[in-house]
Amino acid sequence: MSIEEKKNSQISLDSNTYLPSSENEVAEIIKKIYSKKLPIEVLGSGSKKNFGYNLQTAKTLNLSNLSGIIEYKKEELYIKVKAGTPLEEVEKILDENNQQLAFEPIDFGYLNKGNSNKGTVGGYVACNFAGSRRYKVGSVRDHILGFRGVNGKGDIIKSGGTVVKNVTGYDLSKLISGSFGTLAVLTEITLKVSPKKQSQITVITYSEDIKKISNLFDKILSSSNEVSGATFIPEEPNNKKYELTKRNVFKFNDLDQEGSFLGFRIEGNKTSINERLKDLKKELDLKSFKTSVLDVYQSVPFWQKVNNLEIFTNTKNNILRAVIPPAKCELFLKLLSKKYKYFVDWCGSLFWIEVADKEDEKINLIKKFVIENNGYLTILKKSENFDFKDTLFTIDETRLMISKKIKESFDPKGLFNPGKMYREI
Amino acid sequence: MTELALPKIDKATVSRKNLIVSDLKKFTKEENILSENDEIKPYETDALAAYKQTPLAVVLPETTEEVSKILKYCYNENIKVIPRGAGTGLSGGALPLQDAILLGLGKFNKILEIDFENKCVVTQPGVTNLGITHAVQHKGYYYAPDPSSQLACSIGGNVAENSGGVHSLKYGTTTNNILGVEMVMMDGTITRIGGKTLDQEGYDILGLLCGSEGLLGVITEVTVKILKKPQSVRAALIGFPTIEDGGNCVSDIISNGIVPAGMEIMDKALIDATDKFAKAGYPKDAEVLMIVELDGTKSEVDDLIKQVSEIAKRNNSNSMKLSKNDKERLAFWSGRKAAFPACGAMAPDYYCMDGSIPRGKLSLILKEINQLSKKYNLAVANAFHAGDGNLHPLIMFDGSDKEQLRKTEEFGAEILKACVKHGGALTGEHGVGIEKRELMCESFNNNDIQQQLNIKKSLDEKNLLNPGKVYPILRKCAEEGRVHVHRGEEKFPDLPRF
Repeated sequence: MSIEEKKNSQISLDSNTYLPSSENEVAEIIKKIYSKKLPIEVLGSGSKKNFGYNLQTAKTLNLSNLSGIIEYKKEELYIKVKAGTPLEEVEKILDENNQQLAFEPIDFGYLNKGNSNKGTVGGYVACNFAGSRRYKVGSVRDHILGFRGVNGKGDIIKSGGTVVKNVTGYDLSKLISGSFGTLAVLTEITLKVSPKKQSQITVITYSEDIKKISNLFDKILSSSNEVSGATFIPEEPNNKKYELTKRNVFKFNDLDQEGSFLGFRIEGNKTSINERLKDLKKELDLKSFKTSVLDVYQSVPFWQKVNNLEIFTNTKNNILRAVIPPAKCELFLKLLSKKYKYFVDWCGSLFWIEVADKEDEKINLIKKFVIENNGYLTILKKSENFDFKDTLFTIDETRLMISKKIKESFDPKGLFNPGKMYREI
Repeated sequence: MTELALPKIDKATVSRKNLIVSDLKKFTKEENILSENDEIKPYETDALAAYKQTPLAVVLPETTEEVSKILKYCYNENIKVIPRGAGTGLSGGALPLQDAILLGLGKFNKILEIDFENKCVVTQPGVTNLGITHAVQHKGYYYAPDPSSQLACSIGGNVAENSGGVHSLKYGTTTNNILGVEMVMMDGTITRIGGKTLDQEGYDILGLLCGSEGLLGVITEVTVKILKKPQSVRAALIGFPTIEDGGNCVSDIISNGIVPAGMEIMDKALIDATDKFAKAGYPKDAEVLMIVELDGTKSEVDDLIKQVSEIAKRNNSNSMKLSKNDKERLAFWSGRKAAFPACGAMAPDYYCMDGSIPRGKLSLILKEINQLSKKYNLAVANAFHAGDGNLHPLIMFDGSDKEQLRKTEEFGAEILKACVKHGGALTGEHGVGIEKRELMCESFNNNDIQQQLNIKKSLDEKNLLNPGKVYPILRKCAEEGRVHVHRGEEKFPDLPRF
């Protein structure tokens, strides 16, 4: 018996939290819970534990000890890590090599606990929440080249590999991203990485006019100038239920504190930034707006603040995440404007909305709008007196039926994060 | 044709042919059902022409409801169904079965909506890949994935195969460029996955469908993303005296943080073949030839092309041309685009392989292929999407000689095994189909394959949709001990084992 096998045979189900440090240990634990039919909460480090429905499982599987970079091939543009590796560790080594995760991971730590906590790679992949560059470069799922994991029976499974083009078998990497740990326990993930652009600037365009803002988003989306981020930060409503944070969060030398603004980012070398800026000035008719420009030293932290959802830091209210077709942006802005604290990302497609505690009927109103306009809504953070009767995630009946079948094919006894996304799954 | 094991023929279904054909007439116009031998002959193969099989009948429905009714009927009557787009697939994914209905989507040939506001096109699956670009190019837009068969291949087939093309490194493959589909499941259920929004919530069913080779559902509508054409595009045509120099240059370009729109490599055999065929003016002294295409703003492209030419010089390039205009750029591509017909002119038949490897292993794999070429005494020419590691060796042979065909297939299999050995994949963009089914155990073990079969079973529990493709648990795998066939009750009960 190898040392590993000896260790595995000693795993008992007496404790309530397991902290495996190898894939075999994960498989052994799951084989045992499978035979005893014990539901289990699967966590990376727990940084996004409060997303979805609260779980009532007695047992927890924490993957934070399954950590470390397995292989980083800069010239092959991939990094292979154990699932419990802190996302920050990955970003650090990429940064040292002038590379990055193009999908711009969101730091949910500010929203949840008031300070940075990016969690693990596995946890991030399981949620599939891409940052500002999404509309240009794809989501988290578009950057997963392959994975290894353990299914609900304790079998170690893998899919994909390390190369960009691979159509061997079903693309399970897509399925596990955004599955909130309900299909398989991830043990190893290979991510596609990208070279960093040399520099960047952000152009701030001030306007309170919703129509003009949504027109700007449309023109940016239609442009060939490769704008790599576009966000609208509106003035906060004068309402005691919301904390006024905008002025504090977006405090930059070249950003006017007053009023609503749309910020868009241009990346590249200096010549190309200047060329694009010149072109965009014409395309977007920027002379009809009051504008300012954030240089690279302001632009980088600006987008970090956007992606850290810093304007919602420590909020006790509900936080909703809504995605709609970009052409519906103006309508949605009309619904939210001056009534809610919110901001827009993904060039008019992604809305982050704060709804005050005890105002659950407003969530209904927003959800109704989003569904009618063929979008989807996730209630990410729930306030203390949360009493919303509908689901936290959006789904229709046929997709739920298909999802149940897929769930069963991975986790036949329904042991992983039961009811986390949908009560039936 | 070499011997190919296919699912057991359901003789009862074959004997009911007339009844089935007459039943099908209830669901679509009579003229949409083909059952006479001369009518169904054109459907007996796809672009993997070494394998042929006439189906029980061919049905060419016109609406989603018709597809739904036909599938529901087949589900109730236990009749197998093979979906087919334009039939340009290279891995035999649309090969018919004797006891199966071939469901052709050729009449789904309309673009339903061009939505510039949401930057997408809603189209029926039978529209060609290039047809989408043609519909939007007047406003400066295009659809990014560009498989070499884009003139003929259908977008539905692209979804089924997750097709790529020469620009995948920068712009991704089909899966990264579609927003939604309408799909009919084997039991006739019609469903929509995704729509006009980015991503979808819950399980990424769209991601699962894309590349599932027609095994999970029949696509009846696709919503694709369209992009604005880049402002400036230039290409460099660079020759290298050795394979190593070319390979090193590829890695060096990527390591320098450059992401070209396309980066192609051709070996000596292909340079000679295409130059004779297309008179592209390729350098005679190059052992490998590279085309690097860069796009972006004008000054950015000029700067990048300068960087690329410097990197190439550092890697001992012995010839270099930089395009000054689109005409020159397209001339660089003319030879590469003629690669397949050029090989067709050199031998009675050619067999196009499709493996993926890490970019850094390029020279290693090319050397191995050349050794194998000597071993099998068959000529080979290599085209390589170097940017994304996708290799297309073209093996030249005479299909009328059965022994040569057998040797060709063995040669091809050895190349793919070498790709996997070097950390790559069995197929980069052509799919597994029937062609690489026997090699699945090179990449996957029993657990991996079983998980995939469980998904198949959960969405098509009777195994009626495109059976015999991609996944059977194989004799070869089992014999070599890599896949253990045991506890048969867990697998598909009807799954053929051979």
